[in-house]
Amino acid sequence: MRKVAVVAAASRQEEKMLDTEVEMMIPLITKVRESVGLQQTDIDFTCSGSSDFLAGQAFSFVMTLDAVGPNPPIVESHVEMDGAWALYEAWVKLQMGKSETALVYSYGKPSPGSIRDVLATQLDPYYVAPLWPDAHSVAALQARLLLEGGHTTIEQLADYAVRAGRVSDHEEYFSQPFIADPLRDADCPSYADGGVAVILATEGVAEKLSDNPAWITGIDHRIDAHHFGVRDLTMAPSVRLAAKNAGVSDAAVDVAELHAAYTTHEVIIRREMGLSVRPNAKQRSYPLAADTLMASGLLRIAEASRAIWEGGAQRAVAHATAGHLLQQNLVCVLEGGQP
Amino acid sequence: MSEIIIPEILQGKEPVQSVRTPIRMEYTFTPGVAAQAYLREFGKKKILANVSPVDGAILVPPRGADPRHGVLCEEFVELPHQGHVGSFCITNVPIPGRKDLDLPYISAWIFLDGADIGFLNLVSECPPEDCRIGMRVEAVWKPDDEIGMTAENILYWRPNGEPDIPFDQAGVRGWRYRASENSDA
Repeated sequence: MRKVAVVAAASRQEEKMLDTEVEMMIPLITKVRESVGLQQTDIDFTCSGSSDFLAGQAFSFVMTLDAVGPNPPIVESHVEMDGAWALYEAWVKLQMGKSETALVYSYGKPSPGSIRDVLATQLDPYYVAPLWPDAHSVAALQARLLLEGGHTTIEQLADYAVRAGRVSDHEEYFSQPFIADPLRDADCPSYADGGVAVILATEGVAEKLSDNPAWITGIDHRIDAHHFGVRDLTMAPSVRLAAKNAGVSDAAVDVAELHAAYTTHEVIIRREMGLSVRPNAKQRSYPLAADTLMASGLLRIAEASRAIWEGGAQRAVAHATAGHLLQQNLVCVLEGGQP
Repeated sequence: MSEIIIPEILQGKEPVQSVRTPIRMEYTFTPGVAAQAYLREFGKKKILANVSPVDGAILVPPRGADPRHGVLCEEFVELPHQGHVGSFCITNVPIPGRKDLDLPYISAWIFLDGADIGFLNLVSECPPEDCRIGMRVEAVWKPDDEIGMTAENILYWRPNGEPDIPFDQAGVRGWRYRASENSDA
């Protein structure tokens, strides 16, 4: 395996952005490139993640390439997934040995559409999607199973909501009406427009671009069945397997960045990854407070890398999820120091 | 894997070839920083373009970016309502919702005077056989009381009777022409 590191990141999240995707991404892409002194012509591979369903426009990612400046022509790819999977593709590309640097970016602007409804379009098109179950209601099916099965308690969900900053205390949590019983507003993600860009580099190059590269020592992504009728919704075996393959529990974890968009998801992710039920200060799940679809996962990798760059962590874990009810999961372990 | 056994009641039935599950999603778009400026001024019959911070190229309509270089364009410049045909196509397929268009019609790449890129628009009041690269055209706007913040403000472009610009200076060929002019100077 070639050693690959995250050497730069730039991100932005706002509740509702007036910029186009291009106007939003140019400063971020420019910033990551400049922070490591690379121009687009120095970058061997560019990969992005986004969704046409958020943009409401076919091939929207092609337009966002305007933000990259693909002139002279570049080697480029796109995934209709969270940017964490674009990073995975770039990592694989770097493994192939022909490339040494990669630009990975992703973005999402949920604000133009009704995201709860847009998300219904990712469900099975014959049996489920035509019923238009909104995202929070689908999440509530899972929450009910977790609560009734004794996997969690309302108090624990309230704890997670307080910790994520969605409410100030239990009293405020319990004062909220149910929006999809048993879920309250504070259990559900607060959506934000935004984007993130990172630079990857291989061993030998990364050390020149950064004083303290965040080396990817393990990365894996796994997928559970699409039909949630065939899944035990209180579990996410794909999280468990990805975490095992990425080597999460091979050594102590200083920082864990979890892509938990619902309080109930945090319950499952923690259990499947082998993290304590009671999170410590270095285990963060920001997407509850600001979930930017297609970017939240890559943002977790960027934040985990930042913890290493800034010296707050020697070993950090980032988790990304996509699809409904934690269907697809990616786990990435990053370490500071020598490759 | 065991064989799938179709219930007796379904045996011999015609297979389902397609299903219809209509979906509808509504989006409220914001056009972005540059397009907002453009549309506001277009609603006053003014045409704004972006100026590239890299080489001063005039880009119309403005998208807030020079896509060749991946840089933001924050400077605007107003362009005249006349230009030339950089390229064109005689179309024999109707546009849905434009029953007012007689076939065939001319889709043209219009280069406004001073602009470095063109945009697609309609050319009318010109027999298709007379349309040519380099032909000078001017905008025909909707009546003032129908003007709004919409791309539909300009109904079409028509020949303005001025002499053609030379073929090798028309459309994107103008880049090479101007580049050679500048290098001579």
